[in-house]
This record gives sequence, C-alpha cells and structure tokens, in this order.
Amino acid sequence: MGLIREIAVQGAQMIFVLALAPLLLGLTRKFKARMLDRVGPPLLQPYRDILKLVRKEVVIAENASWLFRVAPYVIFAATWVAAALVPTFATGLRFSWTADLIAITALLATARFFLALAGMDVGTAFGGIGSSREMLFASLAEPAMIMMVFVVALVAGSTQLSWVANFMLTHASLRVSLGMALVALVIVALAENARIPVDNPATHLELTMVHEAMVLEYSGRHLAVIELAAALKLLLYVSLIACVFVPWGLAPPHSGFLPLIVGAVTYLAKITVGTFLLVFFETSIAKMRVFRVPELLGAALMLGFLGTLLLFVSRSF
Amino acid sequence: MPVVVALWSVAVLIVVALATPILLRRSAAATPIVYGLAALVALVLFATALSALLGRTDISGEVVLPIGLPWVGAHFRIDPLSAFFLVVIALGAAAASLYALGYGAHEEHPERVLPFYPAFLAGMNLVILAADAFSFLVSWEFMSLASWALVMAHHHEPENRRAGYVYLVMASFGTLMLLLAFGLMAGPDGVYAFGEMRNRVHAEWLPGLVLVLALLGAGSKAGLVPLHVWLPLAHPAAPSHVSALMSGVMTKVAVYGFVRIVFDLVGDPAWWWGALVMALGALTAVLGVLHAILERDLKRLLAYSTVENIGIVFIGLGLALAFRTNEMAGPAALAITAALFHALNHSLFKGLMFFGAGAVLGATGERDIEKLGGLIHRLPVTAVMMLGGAMAISALPPLNGFVSEGMLFQAILLSPDLPQWALKFMVPAVGAALAFSAALAGACFVRAYGVAFLGRPRSPTAAKAVEVDGFSRFAMGLLLALCLLAGIVPGLVIDALSSVAVLVVGHDMPPQPLLPSLSIVPVSESRSSYSGMLVFVFILSSSAIVAWAIHRFASRTLRRAPAWDCGFPDASPMTQYTADSFAMPIRRVFGPVAFRSHIERRMPPPGDPSPAGLKVVKHDLSWEILYAPLAGRISRLGERLNTLQFLSIRSYLTLVFAALVGLLVVVAIWA
Repeated sequence: MGLIREIAVQGAQMIFVLALAPLLLGLTRKFKARMLDRVGPPLLQPYRDILKLVRKEVVIAENASWLFRVAPYVIFAATWVAAALVPTFATGLRFSWTADLIAITALLATARFFLALAGMDVGTAFGGIGSSREMLFASLAEPAMIMMVFVVALVAGSTQLSWVANFMLTHASLRVSLGMALVALVIVALAENARIPVDNPATHLELTMVHEAMVLEYSGRHLAVIELAAALKLLLYVSLIACVFVPWGLAPPHSGFLPLIVGAVTYLAKITVGTFLLVFFETSIAKMRVFRVPELLGAALMLGFLGTLLLFVSRSF
Repeated sequence: MPVVVALWSVAVLIVVALATPILLRRSAAATPIVYGLAALVALVLFATALSALLGRTDISGEVVLPIGLPWVGAHFRIDPLSAFFLVVIALGAAAASLYALGYGAHEEHPERVLPFYPAFLAGMNLVILAADAFSFLVSWEFMSLASWALVMAHHHEPENRRAGYVYLVMASFGTLMLLLAFGLMAGPDGVYAFGEMRNRVHAEWLPGLVLVLALLGAGSKAGLVPLHVWLPLAHPAAPSHVSALMSGVMTKVAVYGFVRIVFDLVGDPAWWWGALVMALGALTAVLGVLHAILERDLKRLLAYSTVENIGIVFIGLGLALAFRTNEMAGPAALAITAALFHALNHSLFKGLMFFGAGAVLGATGERDIEKLGGLIHRLPVTAVMMLGGAMAISALPPLNGFVSEGMLFQAILLSPDLPQWALKFMVPAVGAALAFSAALAGACFVRAYGVAFLGRPRSPTAAKAVEVDGFSRFAMGLLLALCLLAGIVPGLVIDALSSVAVLVVGHDMPPQPLLPSLSIVPVSESRSSYSGMLVFVFILSSSAIVAWAIHRFASRTLRRAPAWDCGFPDASPMTQYTADSFAMPIRRVFGPVAFRSHIERRMPPPGDPSPAGLKVVKHDLSWEILYAPLAGRISRLGERLNTLQFLSIRSYLTLVFAALVGLLVVVAIWA
C-alpha cells in the first residue's frame, strides 16, 4: 500500500505542477496589469490560450524537418520531468532521488538545446538570432546556476533537493553565502525565463527578442506545448527558490494527508508572493540591451563563485 | 593469458600492415580485407581486455620477449589500468574499422592509408601493453610515426603538409620529454622494467621534475594548452576514420601514459601536482571550447572540442592527485573514476562525431559548415546519429557525457576538506571553468549541428547530398548505442572501473548495480543520486503521453506553408543565420580576452570605387606568445651556428680535439 500511495503522491505532484503552471503565468500578467493601472486579462486566460492553440491546425514551414515537429514534445518532457523533481508541497517523494540539482540543471539544458535547434531548423534569420543569443545567455547562466548549486550543496552537504530542503528547515540560519546564491539564482531565473530585464515576454517583432524569436515559426499544438513548457520552467524556478530558501511548510517524507494539504496551501501562498515580487521587479526596471545581459549574468556568476569560495575558506560563512 | 592473446593480435596487425603492399598489387579487394581484419582483431582485443578488466581472466603473468635492450628484453603485461585503456582502444578501433569498410572505399590513394592503419592500431596497443620504458618509448614513437604517415596521406594539399610538419616536431618534442622522464626514473643504474622502477626510491626533487616532463610529453600528445597547437591541424588532415582514432583514441593513449607515469611509477605526489594538473586542465577546457565555437571547419571544430574534453579529463586527474596526496581515498577514487569515465565517453562520442563529419565530407565534399545546411533532409540517418553525438558531447542527460561531468562536480564538492589553501582557492575556479566549458560546448554543438544539418542548403553540393553507405551508418549507430548505454546504466562502467581505481589511488567507489532503478550514487545516497535510466524513461514516456493525448483529443491536422519569418518574403538561403553570425555574440563577449580578437574595417577613401570590407582578426595566443618567439630564436641560433659549415679542416680537427678534452675533463670531475 505504501508504495502505491507514494507513487500516487509523486503522480499528484506531476499533475499539480502541470495544472498550476498556466495559472502562474496568468497571475504574473494580472499583477503586472494591475500595477500598470490596467484591468488585465482574466486569471484563467493562459488555460484558454493553450486550449485554443491545441485545437488549431498546425502550419509549419515547407522545409521544416522532423526535428521541428519532435522538439516541442522533447522540450516539454524535459522541463516537466525537471519541474516534477523540485519539491513543491512535499519532500522525499518516491522518485525524488532520480536526479539531483545538477541533473535538473542539465535537464533544463537539454530542453534549451532542442529549443535552440528548433529555432534554426526552418532557416530564417529570426530563428538564428534567437538561438544564438539564447546560447550566449546560457553560456553564462548555466555556470552561474552550477555555482549556486555549489553554494547550496556545500551548506547543506547534498545536491539532493529533498535533503537540501530538510537541512534548511532544521538548520535555518542567515548566511552570507546563501544570500549571494539567492541573488545569483534570481538573476539566472530572470534570464532563463526570458523576463525583463533580459528579454520581454510580452513583445513580438522586436530585434531584441530572444525566446519569442526561436519559437516564431511555431503554431497550433506545437506552440501550445512550448508555451506550457515555458510556464513550467517559470514555475520550476519559483518552486526552486521557495524550496531552498523558504522551505517552511513543506511536508516531510512519508507524511499523512494533513501535512500534504498544509504543504500545498503554503506552497500556493509562496508562489503568489514570489510572483508578486517578480512582477514588482519587472515593472520597476527597464529592459537591457542584449550585450549588457552578459554583464548581468557575469555578476550572477561572480556572486555564486564568491559564495563558493567563501564556503571553501570556512564552512561557517 | 590475455597478454599473449593481445600480443598475437598486435602481431597479426603488423603482418597485415606489412602484407598490404602485396595485397594492393594482387587484389582489388584490399580495402575491405584490411579493414575487415582490423575489425576482427579489434573485437578479439576487446573481448580479451574486457574479461581482463572485469577480473574474469588471470592477468598476473608477464611476457618477456628477447628484443629491445639486450639486458632488459621487452616486457609486456596487462593490469587493470592497461586493460581499461585496451578496451577504449579496441572499441574505437572496431568502430573505425567498420566505418572504414564503407568510407575507405572512396579513398583515392588507398596505398597511402591502408598499410599505416593497422600499424597505427598496433602501435597504440603496444604502448598500453609495454611494461618497460624502452618498449614503451619505441611503441610511442611507432604510434606517432604511423599516425604522422596517415596525416600526410593527402600530402598534395599544402595545408596538410604544414600540419604534418608541426605534428612531427611536436611529437618528437613529446617523446623527448618522456625519454627524459623515464631516464630520470630509471636512474644511473638503468632500471627500465616498470616492476622494478616502481619500487625505486627517488631523490626528493626528482618526482616533481618527472611530473613536469610527463605533463609536457604526454600532454603534448593529448593536446593540453599550450601544447595543443598541432592537434587542430593534424587530426582533421587525416582521413575521417583516422581522425576519429587520433582524436578519440590516441589522446587517451596519452592520458594512459600520464596516469601510468604519475600515478603508478613515480611514487608519492606532492600537493602542488594536483594544483598544476588541474589548472592546466581548466585552461585547456575553456580555451579549447572557445576555439571550437568560432571554428567553421567541421573537423577542426571537433579537434578543438577534443582539446576541451582532454582538459576535463585532466581536471579529474588533478583532483585525484590532490585527494591522493591528502590521503582522501574515497574522493580520489571518485575523481579518477570520473576522469577515466570521461575518457571512455569522449572516445565514444568523438568517434561518432568524426564519423558523422566524414559522412558529411563524403556526401558533400565540404568541411566548411557555412556551405552546408539542410542535411537533415538529405542524410536522415547521419543526422540522427550526429544529433545524439552532439547531445552526448554537450553533457546532456540522459546520455553519457553528463554522467562523467556530474561525477566531477561531485568530486569538486568534496574538496573543501583539502587542507592546502592554494587548493581551496583554486578548486572553485576549476569548478566554474568546468561548468563554463560544459555550457559553451552546448552552444558550440547547437551551432555546428544547427548550421550544418538544419535550415536550408547553402550550396548546390549540400542540396544534392546523398546518404552514406550501410557500414558507416552501422558504425555510427554502434557508437551512439554505446553512448546511450553508458548514459542510462553508468553503474556498469563505474563498477568496471573499480579495479582500476584500486590500482591507481588505492580505493574504489561504492558498488553501484545493487541500487534500485540503475541509479548511481557517487558519494552517498544523502549527497546525490542520479538515475539515467529513469530520466530516459520519464522523458520518453511523458513526451509520448502528451503527444498521444494531443493528437487523440485535440488536433492532428498539419499544413505546410512558406516560412512565416515575421512576414518577410522568403529570400535566398543566404539570408539564414550563418555560423559566423551565430558565434558573433560569444566572440564579442569572450573574444577580446581569449583571442585578442577585434574587427578590422577597411573603408576606401572617398572617390575610390573599391568595396569596403571588414575582417575579424583572432589570435591564437599560445602560438604568438610561445611558439613564434621560440621558433624565431631557434632559427636565429641556427643562422649563427651556420658559420660552422664553412670552417677549414684544421678548425674542425681543433674542434673535435677540444670536445674530446672537454668531455674527458667532465668524466674526470664526475668520477
């Protein structure tokens, strides 16, 4: 019975993140609109968009290859698996040991690899520009992420997220290195999710676009799957920050029904606050020029590096 | 005894090499015969070495042949370390021979490739089998010369002649350094057999010097920066299956030489050894991939990526040395296992990528990716293989490259316990360099694959390419399958490496296959775990479920139309993003530091109708800082010594007499 229950909880987590991801997107849009004194689209609009796109016919370029058609599903699957491995409402789930934080980073890299290839498949200038810039950002964001992982792993003695969350719960303390890691992670999250100041998720037809340029040729169900993957990725980063830096409320392993409910409710509260902070930050800052972004990401890398160095010098930082 | 089987296999290879000229004259089927035999021998060697590695056969014996130095003889034996590298060589050789059964048929001058190919294989195996300094060095030189002959196979192209020249100079330099290293270890009484050399007690200064010499000697063959300059010239110049062997396998023989000397023969390391090796590894990894990302020639790009991967292997070796010095046996075992695992992985995916590059070259006659494009439509099978190879080399799960790099990260996370402050400051930087090179490798292969295989063809030859033959496809498929296998059941490789780790650092990693769902645990379950199998299954099943659900319940219609491209009318394929434009942002951000790169604009003066132009200037700094001044000094010295040519007979006699007196004085003082 225990096994079935554990698998059920793991399955619930997978469905949970998938169901929640568009809501997060709707929430950011709503918050943003309110801050700009607009009414904004309904909270459920992203679900409607995805449903609409899924039902539409797909129009693809004449010379698009099989890779173009397969890539959305690979991107989606890699992101979904990664998102399902980050503890949201409970730790120590059945398959949580499948991959540690380094592997989750690498899974996101797999998704990005295919997204960048898909951008180049049709052979247009826009797709290439998006892929090229995405890979430039990744070449700094990924090491920054790994450095952040180093800091967390050196503090908690593990790269396994469930262990990290439990350690943070039981040994909560203010540390300089963790502060640096948090800033680094936030910068990486902004870059990876194509948010302002790195990219603007609301724009099209602009020479500075990155993510939207890569998916320009997509339509219908392919586009829906990619948008869902993008929403999942945003949710993943918010959950990651919540799980490592504010782990309170997470249900411990093998816990009963009540802690799970508590975990889910606190998780919802956490992502609401997180989304609000994200939107607040986005509305108070301007978008950067593309070649300023490496400086921002370089700062994240340096912060992560400095945090790691401090921990190498002494475990008490 | 496995060593006897291995020596007989090598003998067969040498006989094949010697018989090839006759075969070429007598039979039209020389090419398939030679490559077929090479593949068979490689399979025999593979089986022998694998059973030796897994401890299924007794490997204790040593063979002494009455050749070489009369008072030493030629010693050959197999221990777990050599068994592992024999496996790497045999796998690469079997795949390359299979590939060449198809690819080699297009060779214009088979007489320039066929005799040297088995000789090259024999040389690599002999280096690993050798158990005394003399046979090691002779085999090393034999391997270098055979591969040099293969690099010069197409010597009518001036570029290849230059590559061959640089290679020859660097190979001689490397062998000289190894000769000095062995000379130091053998000591004045000339102990050349490894068994006795291991037990010698050295002067305090000697091991450090041996390490530096081994780094120079083995490092120049492996491609450590700044000794890498020959590698991107020579590896691409050879026929593609030989490029695959040189890049994928011969660099591993160099790694073997380094491990054998530094970990096994010379004795206890000092703490700065690890720091030096690690620093060189990190520098090599970053510079290698930065060069690769700006390269337009597909094969040269792969050669630079080899430089990067060798850097990663040396990072692991340096970590293992640092841990071993401080008697941290567990972490040392993790680091050495990760390094050797990465060496194996690199031999698999680099072989695959070079085969793919050869397929592209055979199908289009082009190595310049700017002239390719859209090959995914024309070479569907090769495209799948190359995609797998690109994923593996970019360290993406669930393939094998990720496993070894992930293990290296875990080893780095164990190093705050190292007591030396220099190491404490250095290891985080090495970790950042490793992460940076992994991320850049992803960018590099998105660029290479995206430009060459995706998009629209940029030249008529690319538009008319035809898929390669069955042998080539099979060889690529074999290597891709091995990449996937090592990625989803890495526990098997880690366990196979345990006897090697015990031999080299005196400890091994915890046994892996007992764990559920084939997951691996580099240190302990609470620290980290990774199950390539489950990741693979999850990705496959969730993408399949989503695709099925959408096609079943929503929409499955599909319409082809002209590309949208923001409403721009479809222009010529020349408007696509090119390889240079793809690399431009990365060049602009990192180039000024790494290559002192800048753009030269040429604006004709007003009234001059000649076109304006712009050129990217990029410098290989190791070439300019190290080699160019060195070469200049050597040629100046040569000019000065030139006067010695034109002396009279009296002066020559005086010189000879003076030299004799001088030497006698030295001997007198020495005694």
